[in-house]
Amino acid sequence: MFKKLKITCDQATTICDKGQYGESTFFEKIQLNIHFLACKLCAAYTRQNARMSKIFKMKAVDCKDHSHCLSSIDKDVFKKELEEALSKK
Amino acid sequence: MSENSSKHTLDPNKWIDKYADYLFNYAVTRVNNSDLAKDLVQETFFAGLKSAKNFEGKAAERTWLVAILKRKVIDYYRKINSNKGKAEVRMNFYQDGDNEGDWLEERVPQTWGNDADKAIESEELKSTIDSCIDHLPEKYAMVFRMKTIQEFETEEICKELNITASNLWVIIHRARTQLRKCMEENWFNN
Repeated sequence: MFKKLKITCDQATTICDKGQYGESTFFEKIQLNIHFLACKLCAAYTRQNARMSKIFKMKAVDCKDHSHCLSSIDKDVFKKELEEALSKK
Repeated sequence: MSENSSKHTLDPNKWIDKYADYLFNYAVTRVNNSDLAKDLVQETFFAGLKSAKNFEGKAAERTWLVAILKRKVIDYYRKINSNKGKAEVRMNFYQDGDNEGDWLEERVPQTWGNDADKAIESEELKSTIDSCIDHLPEKYAMVFRMKTIQEFETEEICKELNITASNLWVIIHRARTQLRKCMEENWFNN
């Protein structure tokens, strides 16, 4: 049982990353918190990771506000090429 | 092209006006490169035209075109997957030996300045993030963007890119540790 609870820093930070998306399991959260007792580096990583998530969230909101469209020039080129291809059919 | 009125039909003459923007937006959010996205959309229309005779009318025209574009994106993803990737990933942990899984000394998290939350919405910050993401291997950047920026469900990404969930988490983990280091060097401790 104790062996299962013991994880490496690599595993701990992976769980931390999953946690940023709300996708770590209950058992993984226990493993992570036990790991924190002995590892200050991963605890620091987790604090910084939360800050990073805040920034990424801001970026996600910014990205959703912005929809990408083709220019009318590009569309005209596409249309011409498609018409040509259609006429050959 | 289908004669059955209960089925969907194709009208290639209207594809550009009706679907070009939608397909372009779909592509650009996945490959994050507008020139490449344009090429993929163009290829999609030509591929659609080529295989129009196989269209059975079961799906709507747009859904059918999106399915073709999806294949194009996956093909692109596979291509970059086989071309490069692993060589550009900087490891953060010992990969073997007694210390396997421990932090590599030069990669351990440093203390960030107290003003780490400074101007969190500044344009400068946004461009620093973009630059850090651009320095990731392409497949890592793609999976990271889909999961974190476009907020796709894990299952959806796995299905679309044909990867397992554990593969996805390894990619996300490596991308995030690399991004954390990049932001530490270029923003938080700059």
